[in-house]
Amino acid sequence: MPLDVARIKKDFPILARTVRNEHPLVYLDSAATSQKPVAVMKAESDFYSQHNAAVHRGAHLLAEEATDAYEGAREAVARFIGAKSDEVIFTKSATESLNLLAYSWGNAPSNSRFHLAPGDVIVLSEAEHHANLIPWQELARRSGAILRWFGVDDEGRIDLSNIDSIIDSRTKIVAITHQSNVTGAITPLTSIVAAARSHNALIVLDACQSAPHFAIDVKELEVDFLAFSGHKMVGPTGIGILWGREELLAEMPPFLFGGSMVTAVTMEGASYAAPPKRFEAGVPNMAQAVGLHAAIDYLNAVGMGQIHEHEVALTEYALSGLSSIAGVGIVGPTEIKDRGGVLSFTVEGIHPHDVGQGLDDLGIAVRTGHHCAWPLMKRMGVVATTRASLYLYNEKSDVDALLLGIEKVQSFFGSKGIGR
Amino acid sequence: MNLESLYQELILDHYKNPLHKGLVSPADASVHHVNPSCGDEVDLNLTIRDGEIQSVSWDGVGCSISQASTSVMSDLVQGRTVDEASQVIDAFMEVMQSKGSTTGDESLLGDAVAFAGVSKYPARIKCALLGWMAFKDALVQLGGYRTKGSGEAK
Repeated sequence: MPLDVARIKKDFPILARTVRNEHPLVYLDSAATSQKPVAVMKAESDFYSQHNAAVHRGAHLLAEEATDAYEGAREAVARFIGAKSDEVIFTKSATESLNLLAYSWGNAPSNSRFHLAPGDVIVLSEAEHHANLIPWQELARRSGAILRWFGVDDEGRIDLSNIDSIIDSRTKIVAITHQSNVTGAITPLTSIVAAARSHNALIVLDACQSAPHFAIDVKELEVDFLAFSGHKMVGPTGIGILWGREELLAEMPPFLFGGSMVTAVTMEGASYAAPPKRFEAGVPNMAQAVGLHAAIDYLNAVGMGQIHEHEVALTEYALSGLSSIAGVGIVGPTEIKDRGGVLSFTVEGIHPHDVGQGLDDLGIAVRTGHHCAWPLMKRMGVVATTRASLYLYNEKSDVDALLLGIEKVQSFFGSKGIGR
Repeated sequence: MNLESLYQELILDHYKNPLHKGLVSPADASVHHVNPSCGDEVDLNLTIRDGEIQSVSWDGVGCSISQASTSVMSDLVQGRTVDEASQVIDAFMEVMQSKGSTTGDESLLGDAVAFAGVSKYPARIKCALLGWMAFKDALVQLGGYRTKGSGEAK
């Protein structure tokens, strides 16, 4: 059954506002951050107005309620990705989740399986967002490990042709995106996972652009770690998720130190709690975790399968529309197979910033620039792109507005002798 | 479209036919500036003789605002004393930070007043400033930039 987008839109108050020049908002920037339904805002607000207290501390009722709400959110995340509760760690962002891994492993003693020795290899791809690139560059710098990466083809798809020379016996970590935030290309995980497994390498998946858009089961993915963020899946900002296999988390040293993550402390030292608490020092982002729970409930009520189907159909529609405008070039796969609803494009002769400005003038919110993926942009031969990204609350009329908007931008600049 | 007020003819003319584009070497100072939010880049060469801007030349990739602004700037400061050039920079910065409340002194800024509309779009101010900041940096490197009224090198 198709999604009732008109009804869904009503759940997102911001989508009813007008923006520049009193144009209704056409929000096509969900890959940067998604909008929030009332249920999420209400959950956060209710937490503050009814249950606010520091979790895991305090002997009072509010502390109990807050702890229940926070741990309830953890269970909801675990169910959402087919994991166990204790395997879910709350961070402030996916960026922090990835940094947690890189710092924890950098702290691992030499007898640990996480320890990196000079010459060990960390494998990435050219398609990584800076958040899944720079933490590993820094870990390599600190440890003497070497970076290797998969290239991408002209459509931005990860090139596996030399997989055997990239993932080999020296490979300790494979950290890779599930779906590119620039091209929308979905990573062919099966062979990467198999190669990593055969060399006993740890597999980290950046699921920021996938977890919000289709159902994920960590058991099926067969990866070891998964990072994603709440704010891209109709949840609040300030809440990120790190999932890890429990036997691996159990062996990992902490990253941030402080309250809540200890079992005993003296003036000389401390011993550390079991995961997930070991990795959640300090009072966590409780209201945001509770908001994330509401976000997951919201997505589940709509149905992740249906959201995915809806986005596939809409992406296909957008791809065909974009392809039919003369002078528009898609940066990424032009076919729907193994790609998500992130549509980067260029408009001949008009800089993406100017395209974005023109679209903004019509109330259409898109992203312009390098999308925090400089190496990929370079590989794709562009300094910047304009990017439209779709989500469950977008419909054909939004895509139509974009397509018409691009043509209006072309004719505006064209009348000045710029572009086609 | 409100775009008309932002993308004035003068701006788009400079974008289409930029002045002083193409690096002139050798130069006393060479700088490379990047707008980290969009990846736009500018290289700028500066030569000063007897306290006067003898040559400003540049090359770069970027949006119409950044390219046109660099073009206008490079033409505006050519032949000026470093003190005058510093004043022009300060005046342009003031307009950019004004959120649209000032159009700037045309006698000082010349064609650069066309960029006043940019100050209403916070995301684009960095575009308009890219070339200017490169020029200021080159001036500072040569000890030429002077803050308003102080007469001292900053």
